[in-house]
Amino acid sequence: MSDFLTDAREFLPILLSGVWVTIAITACALVVSVILGFVWAMLGASRFAALRTLSRVLINTVRGIPILVQLFYIYFVLPQMGITLNAFLAGVAGLGLAYSVYQAENFRAGFASVDRSLIETAESLGMPHSLIVRRLILPLAVRVILPPFGNTSIMLLKDSSIASTITVAELTRQGQLLAVSTFKNMTVYTIVALLYLAMSLPLSYLTRRLERRFAAR
Amino acid sequence: MIEVHDIHKAFGEHQVLRGVTFSIAKGEVVCLIGPSGSGKSTALRCINGLERFDRGVITVDGIALGDATLREIRGKVAMVFQRFNLFPHRTALENVMEGPVYVQNVPPGEARERALDLLEKVGLRERAGAYPSQLSGGQQQRVGIARALALRPQAILFDEPTSALDPELVGDVLRVLRALADEGMTMVVVTHEMSFAREVADRVLFMDGGVILESGPAREVLTAPRVERTRVFLERVIHPL
Repeated sequence: MSDFLTDAREFLPILLSGVWVTIAITACALVVSVILGFVWAMLGASRFAALRTLSRVLINTVRGIPILVQLFYIYFVLPQMGITLNAFLAGVAGLGLAYSVYQAENFRAGFASVDRSLIETAESLGMPHSLIVRRLILPLAVRVILPPFGNTSIMLLKDSSIASTITVAELTRQGQLLAVSTFKNMTVYTIVALLYLAMSLPLSYLTRRLERRFAAR
Repeated sequence: MIEVHDIHKAFGEHQVLRGVTFSIAKGEVVCLIGPSGSGKSTALRCINGLERFDRGVITVDGIALGDATLREIRGKVAMVFQRFNLFPHRTALENVMEGPVYVQNVPPGEARERALDLLEKVGLRERAGAYPSQLSGGQQQRVGIARALALRPQAILFDEPTSALDPELVGDVLRVLRALADEGMTMVVVTHEMSFAREVADRVLFMDGGVILESGPAREVLTAPRVERTRVFLERVIHPL
């Protein structure tokens, strides 16, 4: 046990540098996924059948390909087409794209959950569309979007470890490098696991609190 | 005050309104009755611009209903819905304040006073802080009426205001409607409550198949209908067995 603590003290600074990268890549990919997901959801709700089809095809394609393969494609194949991204950006792009389809489904479900007759009622009060979106649709949709959004965020945090395969120096990658060079697998991976928990548990807690704040009354 | 002239409306192949014409004078209470699917709710919703019509003209206070005048007309003619449609994330008070504050730019303090007075009027001042899910159907509908009144409309359209209520709660809502009628509010009520129509309405319009078949003073139409279809309908409603 004292060995563990001594090793832990030595490894922690290295692993912590990985933690920051993990947080950065997760946060950036989350932003990308929300923006893209919102776009897919809007396309899916379009008046034009062609755009709705495009959204469906996109979502099904991205959802049907493993995240690992998407990352490899962006990092190894795109450069052959003249698009070169560094490992971090490739990770953000790949994770953001992969997760955008889940976000799109969350948004779609949220907006679809708002009762059409309530929108009509707001119209009958004379509300312009922008106000209806702000005062009615968003607050009601958020309640439906938030629980799966929290879930998706935690999944994304954990899946950011996949970026280790394209050399992003995030937590899992740092752990691997340490474990290979020191052979202290147990110490290293225990700390790595605890560090992931230390990041995901607050996220769970935050989601739960937000859910309660927006809870249906 | 409200003029509906030769309105036609089709949902796809199905012709719902086939030339509906009627007018409502200021201070008048008119009940629109008829079998389900006769087009009475659709006609009512056309007046508030919730339903577009294919042909015809509707004017309110001399202003023709159109895209440019829609919001102005909605400020003059408020609507109460069958299923109440209260905003579930806002309290009774906030529901009533929503229109004045966000559409009519009434200062919140003033809107709040106005809303509390209206809740008092429908007997729900002490439930001002309650959310819709904490209110009974009858209470929700009375908040719905207060919300419509808060716009200070010149007329209110009621779309089957008691059809979604438990029988013992219908009276609470009808009493509020009667009080409004007594104050001289212009009202168009789509309803199946024949006793309400008989006692409160000035005039009754009977609709069937997308046209108005009969109209006249409430007591006359309801007790001595001239048209056979009206007679058969009333017979069924009053003596369902």
